[in-house]
Amino acid sequence: MTQSTTQPWISGEAFVWAAAVKIVVVFTIVMVLVAMWTLVERKVCGWMQNRLGPNRVGPWGLLQPAADGLKNIFKEETLPPFAEKGLFVLAPMLSFVPALMTFSVLPMAAPVPTRWGLVSTAIADIPVGFLFILAISSLGVYGIALAGWASNNKYALLGGLRASAQLISYEIGMGLAAVAVLLLGGNITPAEIIARQQAGTWFVGPLFVAFFVFLVAAFAETNRLPFDLPEAESELIAGYHTEYSAMKFSLFFIAEYANMLTASALVVTLFFGGWDIPFVARDNAAPWSVAKTAATAVAFWSKTLFFYFLYIWVRWTLPRFRFDQLMDLGWKVLLPLMLAYVMIEAVAIAALENAGITGRSQDLALTGLNVALGVVVFFVLDRGRHVGGAAVRARPYWQRLARARQGAEGGGGD
Amino acid sequence: MAITVKVMKRPERESSYVRAALRGMSLTFKHLFQKPWTMQYPEERSSAEWSISGRWRGTHRMAVDENGKAKCVACGLCPQVCPANCIKLIPGEDEQGNRYPLVYEIDEFRCVFCGYCQEVCPEEAIHVGVHFENSEYSREGFVYDLERLMKQTHPVSSLWDPSDPKGE
Repeated sequence: MTQSTTQPWISGEAFVWAAAVKIVVVFTIVMVLVAMWTLVERKVCGWMQNRLGPNRVGPWGLLQPAADGLKNIFKEETLPPFAEKGLFVLAPMLSFVPALMTFSVLPMAAPVPTRWGLVSTAIADIPVGFLFILAISSLGVYGIALAGWASNNKYALLGGLRASAQLISYEIGMGLAAVAVLLLGGNITPAEIIARQQAGTWFVGPLFVAFFVFLVAAFAETNRLPFDLPEAESELIAGYHTEYSAMKFSLFFIAEYANMLTASALVVTLFFGGWDIPFVARDNAAPWSVAKTAATAVAFWSKTLFFYFLYIWVRWTLPRFRFDQLMDLGWKVLLPLMLAYVMIEAVAIAALENAGITGRSQDLALTGLNVALGVVVFFVLDRGRHVGGAAVRARPYWQRLARARQGAEGGGGD
Repeated sequence: MAITVKVMKRPERESSYVRAALRGMSLTFKHLFQKPWTMQYPEERSSAEWSISGRWRGTHRMAVDENGKAKCVACGLCPQVCPANCIKLIPGEDEQGNRYPLVYEIDEFRCVFCGYCQEVCPEEAIHVGVHFENSEYSREGFVYDLERLMKQTHPVSSLWDPSDPKGE
């Protein structure tokens, strides 16, 4: 467990009850946030386009999620006669459940002291937490791929295939970015990774490039713009959920938002110190109190909600990638970049540890290295050759052709 | 001749996806705090910046004379000129030999709101109006009879005047 304290950890029957309470609390928080964020999404979209956004249902449109939910419950559930019935019904659940499950291993605040002992704020504080996250988050694509296949509709199938192709490509970049975190954290338990960040600095500094790649991959994994190719409405109608209606469609929608929330919480846990309050050391040490739990919970959720907001912000700023551009970015940019980055980081960490530099000074040294690497990545490697796809590959050919023609026409300039 | 491809000269050294994306995000963030440009329609129907044009051609209106009767003399010009064939007119004649419409119906659903009926009318009886809120629950509801056309109160369209093309 996180720190050795005089307060004993909860055990026995009380542990089971505590886990049940935690499940209810976390489920409620996640569902309420998901519901509110469907409204926030539309509100922020409105403001960014100099509109008001939904403002009819309740004060400032606050009851809009309730109205949407009611509407979806009362709408007709269509079951296409040509669909593979069993999987068609199963697919929304398959995408909804993993979206919620990932949340169970993330600690959301300092441990809560109770009469029966300390209670960890992660539902399941399992030692292999990070592997669990990687495993479960990849399961979500089964729901999407099966929805696309079971619909027996060409657009839905294309959407499902795109989702699986995209997820595989970006899982690698994401996994390698996580490897960098594990190198520095030295552990795969989320609570330990947070404790390491509390002792040193947040990993966003020492692992800035990994953070950026992780963020980009998280956008791709949650199928959000600019990577929402699986549902690309301009090409695929609605992609994998073309044939879905009413609550089944709504489940996909909830799953998407729950996935975004999970990815935000994950970014915060891995790179922004989890529930750590910056520049304060007292919040991460015993004795634990309810006030500390409340303060750290505020810290965790405000950080998480910022990234949750970032999803919306990016969505209403950037246009969608073309599919070949998406694959180019995943395989030709992020994968080699992260392979090189992990090697550089590993060498740097090993060298620093051999030199006896650990803890905060190690983090500072790595931050310096990452600033240098960041400059190289964003100001040198990013130039010109970015995500051009087929057009960029073809450009030298057309340029050669144009030059040859100009030469044949006697070099006449226009 | 072979297909020619114009190769654009783009400053490749200066282009960068990440920095361009960040610039775009700062722009959208600024828009978050700007005032909305929209008009809140059902509550607010016109403002200093925008009001409906006097030349708007909308829901029809039949002009009424001092005796409360329709000005229409059932000459038959409007059904003749109507490109959408949406005006139904059955003329009648009274004891003095004055023609009047026995049946005068306009199907607002078929109408293309060209305003020819108003232009062609010798008695200035039928008009298109400065009005657009005509929703109905059934298609039949869009067939306006003479009585309903006479009851309309919205201002009539001034139409386009060739001598004053910009409406000044």
